[in-house]
Amino acid sequence: MTYRVFLSRLGNGLLVLMGVAIMNFTLVHIAPGDPALIFAGEAGGGDETYVAQLRQDMGLDRPLVTQFAIYAGDLLRGDLGYSFRNQRDVASMIAERIPATLLLTLSAFVIALVIGIAFGMLGGWFRDTAIDRGLMVVTLVLYATPLFWLALMFVLFFSVRLGWFPPFGMQSVIVPDAPLDRILDIGRHLVLPAFSLGLFYAATYARLVRASVINVANADFVKTARAKGVPGSRILRVHVLRNAILPVFSLASVHIGQLVGGAVLTETVFAWPGIGRLMFDAILQRDYPVILGVFLTTALLVILINIVTDLLYRIVDPRIESTAGN
Amino acid sequence: MKRLLKNSSLSVGLALLLLIVVIAVFAHVFYPVSPWQSSAIPLLAPFSESGLPLGSDMLGRDVAAGIAYGARVSLTVGVVSTIISITLGVAIGAVAGFYGGVLDNLLMRFTELFQTVPQFAMAVVFVAIFSPSLVTIVLAISLVSWPPVARLVRGEVMSLKTREFVKAGIILGESESSLIFRHILPNAVSPIVVMASLMVATAILTESALSFLGLGDRNMISWGYMIGASRTMLRDAWWLSVFPGLAIVITVVAVNLIGEGFEKALNPQAHGERKA
Repeated sequence: MTYRVFLSRLGNGLLVLMGVAIMNFTLVHIAPGDPALIFAGEAGGGDETYVAQLRQDMGLDRPLVTQFAIYAGDLLRGDLGYSFRNQRDVASMIAERIPATLLLTLSAFVIALVIGIAFGMLGGWFRDTAIDRGLMVVTLVLYATPLFWLALMFVLFFSVRLGWFPPFGMQSVIVPDAPLDRILDIGRHLVLPAFSLGLFYAATYARLVRASVINVANADFVKTARAKGVPGSRILRVHVLRNAILPVFSLASVHIGQLVGGAVLTETVFAWPGIGRLMFDAILQRDYPVILGVFLTTALLVILINIVTDLLYRIVDPRIESTAGN
Repeated sequence: MKRLLKNSSLSVGLALLLLIVVIAVFAHVFYPVSPWQSSAIPLLAPFSESGLPLGSDMLGRDVAAGIAYGARVSLTVGVVSTIISITLGVAIGAVAGFYGGVLDNLLMRFTELFQTVPQFAMAVVFVAIFSPSLVTIVLAISLVSWPPVARLVRGEVMSLKTREFVKAGIILGESESSLIFRHILPNAVSPIVVMASLMVATAILTESALSFLGLGDRNMISWGYMIGASRTMLRDAWWLSVFPGLAIVITVVAVNLIGEGFEKALNPQAHGERKA
């Protein structure tokens, strides 16, 4: 059963990837200007022979379908094109930066879940009290705060003012020798980026969990437990929490995509060496093959993470059958 | 109407937004000098000189003037891109929900594609390739924000189309367009309105993020641009980043409060107004 679900998810993922490839291809071709020039980084170096070579490689004189087949074939072989500006292969530029992005987004995701669920439980359980109202104001403001600005304010307060955490990068200039020290060093660099990326989504989850705690708290099985004299803390843990966090998991897959997109901003502020920062540098240099390659890679990451969370969701809630998704 | 006014989040949100709209509309009255022009010594701290309450930037430009003119970009982008994406979403959702079958399946796969892809990265790609301008920014934001509308409208249309008054319309031989526009869509307006107000907020945030990355319209000053341009001065001139950011937060809070207020007003039961 799970095996078949996995296969259908994989098939869906491949369709989405093909959709993204079509989008990339279409954008480049309907954009003003010569696609070969776009791929060459808008004649950044002005190397005529290279552009002519590209034109031939991309088959620009041939029908669009053939051109797309060439592009798709390149993608299937893992060839994301060549960055003329950096004189490097785009795929390898991206590949070496994926671990940093995964570390950041997954940490941010865990932070969002933990804080969001905690706030939501508190708010829902102490509904209409000062605690609830205070948390509602906090989430309202967090939900309205631009990611990049929150990141800057973190730098201003926790780095410049208090000097608690390093303001940028993933490692100190002098990398410590001992493995444990290295991990701690990366951890210290990770705190601010991960929190600034995670808090926005924590606000979303807090509101969701609050609403669902209120819902579940009125359910018959909770009333029964109360009538039986089960202590409040146990009701909260065993009866309410388990059921109230389910909607978070089903929304999580939508948010993974947003988190990966948000990483572009967080990585830019913190000079975090992931694919988001790579995209920002590429924007500054008008390095289109890199921009398009990062876009495709983010979609791929989202698809893969979605397949994993989907399988996890099935383990958490066995009631979900193959109809999941809608 | 009385119920609407008693709704505190709605009235607070509307009051805040009204203030921002006034600032945006009368920016040229409050600040006749272009926000791009330097009018003081560079890097004046806020509250240090009268007439420059929020200080000046590295080129001596008035920060307060920038914020006033920046409101125009945020509000325009927020409203126009929401109108476009609502139109797109309603059209796609209504067609999918009304006709069902293969067409529905195709349109929903298409919608899922746009929903799975990281929306912000897609907006970046779109604006970068078509070169940044107010038009491309609005189009990019519309392009990435219609899918939830389409799904919502499709669901509403699917459930409304089985109701008696629509069936009566079918029996009376009304045309499909009259069924959709006169009978079905008017009954789906309230959830669309709630979603639209939240989309304005998201659009304002997305525009500021694009401008922050240097993908804003070069001819118009915007809050995101102001923050992005002064990022390297964070250590020495905090006010250049802090005030435009606060402007974004206040605006988005206002819009979200309005959305929340609408939701409560249009769907009171769901919000436990009647103390359980």
